[in-house]
Formats: sequence, structure tokens, C-alpha cells
Amino acid sequence: MLDFSMTPGAFGFEAWQSRWSILSGVGVTVASSGLTIVIATVLGILFGIALSYGWWWLRLAIRLYVDVMRGIPVLVLILFTYYGLALFGINVPAFWAGVIALSGFATAHIAETLRGAVQSVPQGQMEAGKAIGLRFAQRLRYVILPQAVRRMLPPWVNTCLEIVKGTTLLSVIGVVELLLASQQIMARNYLIVDFYLLATLLYLIINFAIAQIGGVLERRFSYLRY
Amino acid sequence: MIQYYFDWSVITRNAGALGEALLLGLGLALVSLAIGTVIGLAAAYARLSCRPWLSWPVWAYVEFIRCMPLLLLIFFVYFGLPEFNISWFDKTQSFILTLSLYAGAYMSEVFRAGLGSMPKQYVEAAKAIGLRPWQRQRYVVLPVMFRITLPAISNNLISLFKDTSLAAAIAVPELTFVARRINADTFRVMEVWLSVSALYLITAYTIATLLRLVERRYASIR
Repeated sequence: MLDFSMTPGAFGFEAWQSRWSILSGVGVTVASSGLTIVIATVLGILFGIALSYGWWWLRLAIRLYVDVMRGIPVLVLILFTYYGLALFGINVPAFWAGVIALSGFATAHIAETLRGAVQSVPQGQMEAGKAIGLRFAQRLRYVILPQAVRRMLPPWVNTCLEIVKGTTLLSVIGVVELLLASQQIMARNYLIVDFYLLATLLYLIINFAIAQIGGVLERRFSYLRY
Repeated sequence: MIQYYFDWSVITRNAGALGEALLLGLGLALVSLAIGTVIGLAAAYARLSCRPWLSWPVWAYVEFIRCMPLLLLIFFVYFGLPEFNISWFDKTQSFILTLSLYAGAYMSEVFRAGLGSMPKQYVEAAKAIGLRPWQRQRYVVLPVMFRITLPAISNNLISLFKDTSLAAAIAVPELTFVARRINADTFRVMEVWLSVSALYLITAYTIATLLRLVERRYASIR
């Protein structure tokens, strides 16, 4: 196990041989999670604001969406999207079906986090904003959101890590991301433990990087700067 | 948009298989939660212990599991352990082992937070009335901690139940696996996935409701 020599059949040699498959697997993992994070954050913020301040029918609709998304396993969502979209004549590649499903899932989580964060901002802040004559958009932009962001960042980073971990499920519908790329290599050379360890290490690196970025953001937003 | 005619007979014909698969998923989640609770409790105490040789490995275990995708862990245990000549388990047992280890890491965080939020006075009061360390844990700390952590435990149970869907990847015949099989056999995409989603949803919310009743039953203040 973990023989780093460069003879054929040893891990070092096989890993070097398959470096491009591994790297493209990492690329697909990073691309799918990056896209999902961006889409889910934008939609999640919109949904979260609608969930906090929307008309009652909008709140009801989004609440229903969020609760449904949180009650269904991601894998089922991914399979449903993959097989279901084709039924409506929308033939997207597996990659996009996966990104859509993951985004739908993560949007619900981020919307719920944002709602919690917005509601934890004291009512007086909104009233003070009203009192000095800010319009609703301005109150959100200058008063509520800057405070909500601080409370929302830690769970948001957690959701991002969940998304990266969730991209492994795309392997089930045939997206060659890091996990499936590693499995394809294992099928060639039977170095099962070695390549799972390599994949683990790469996932740890990706997740660690995200956690670090999250830490930097938290520090950046952590206190009031005048 | 194309025409689609719903044919729910696919579901009624396979209702038995789906029900069995749902029960299997529930069973997997409950067994893993039980084992995970034991692991998590031990890990939480080890994490809080002041002996570094005890707390560091547990820290590494928890962080490792929490940073790793569950699917990777499932494959690792299922395909990796036989490489070390450990192959006495079948796929269901392998999945239970994985999910328990996974649950253990998450439960240990829950319990650590629970132990951390124990009011100090309780322990001091227990000491004052002369309970021995073991009795202190058994009659004071653990009951209070379980009450504090019950909402988090029920959240974990629901997410474990949803995670049992990943067992489909190693062909454990739970709900997602059976759904995929029916889907492949009949191509009734909408019927299959709508009803499976509904089954997951209903089960998850039933668990949530039941556990909320338990929470109310065991609330300290009634």
C-alpha cells in the first residue's frame, strides 16, 4: 500500500499515469460546487428575503419549497432531476442536471439560514431605518443585511462544505467528478485503498480551503468598522 | 412540453417492495443512530478529557469524518476494508458500519455542545450531596444533557434517514435503490420519483413530529 516508487503497478507510477484524469476530476468537482455555491447563494438570498418580508402567498410558496427540499434526500433530487428533466424535452447533460438539483437543495438551506439571520436582527433596527426615512431597499441594503450577513456566514460556510460533499453524488448519474474519476482509475489498476486515500486527501484540501476562506470572510465581516 | 400520461399502477404494483425498502431505510437509520450515539458519547467525553493522547485522536476522527463526503466513506469501507482481509460483512453491515461511524462524529459534536452547556451548579450540587463521579454522570449530567440535545438528536436522525439513500450506491435494497430499479424497468419516471420523494418527505416529517412529542414529554419544565 502507498508504494511511491515509479515502477508499473506501484502507486507512484499509477498516480502519475492518471494525473490528468484526477486533475480533471478535481476540476469538475470544483466547477460543479463553485457553480452551485454561486447559484444557491444568489437564489437563497432572494428566497430568504422573500421568506422574511414577502406577501403571505409568496412566503407560503417558498416555505413549502424549502420544507419539501429539506425533507428529500439529495440523491433522490439528483436522480429525479436527471430523469425528470428529459421527460419535459429538456435534455441537459448530467453535469447540469446535477448542478440544478444541488442548487435547488442548497437554495432551500441558504434561504432558511438567511431568514433566521434576518429575524435575529432586532426589530428596532428596522424601525430606526424607517424613522430616518430610508426606503425598504435601502433599509435592507444598509441596515439589515450587513448585520444579517455576520450571523449567516458560519452556517453558509457549512452549506458550502455540504455542497462540495454533495457533488460526490453526481457520480451516480455519471458525471466524472473526483470520486468517479478515482473509481475509474481503480478499475484499471486495483489500487483501491491508495486511490480512495488520494481522493480523500483532495477532498480534505478542497474543504479545508473553503473553511479557511470562510474564516477570512468571518473576520472581514466580524465587527463594525467606522 | 410533451404529453405525459400518469400511470400510477406502477406504484401500486410495487407498493410492497417500496414499503419494505422504506422500512429497511428506517431500520438502517435507527441502528446507525443507536451505535452512533454510543460512539458519540464516548467521543464527546474523550474530546473533553484533559489527556491529549485521548482528545487528539478523537478530534482527528471527528474532523476527518466531517470533512469527508459520505459516499466516499461508504465506498472506502465497502471496497477498501476487504483489501486488508477484513471481509466478514455484507453490504448492509458495511453500510451500517459506515453510517454509524459517520453518525458518531456528528453525535459527538452534539454531545460536546450539550456537555458544554450543562450548568456548572448541577455538577456542584451533585458533588455536594456526595454522589460519586459515576453516579454524577448517570443521574445528573446525562439526563439533563439528553434533554438539552434532544432537538439536535432528532435533526440528526432525520438527516441519517435521508443519508440511507446513499446505500443505493452499494446496492443495499433501500428506497432509492428500489426506485431506481422500478424506474429502469418501467420508465415511469414521474410516478416513481414523485412517490418516492413523497415517501421520504412524509417519513421525515413524521419522525420530526413524533420526536417533538417526545421532547415535550421529557421537557424539564411542564
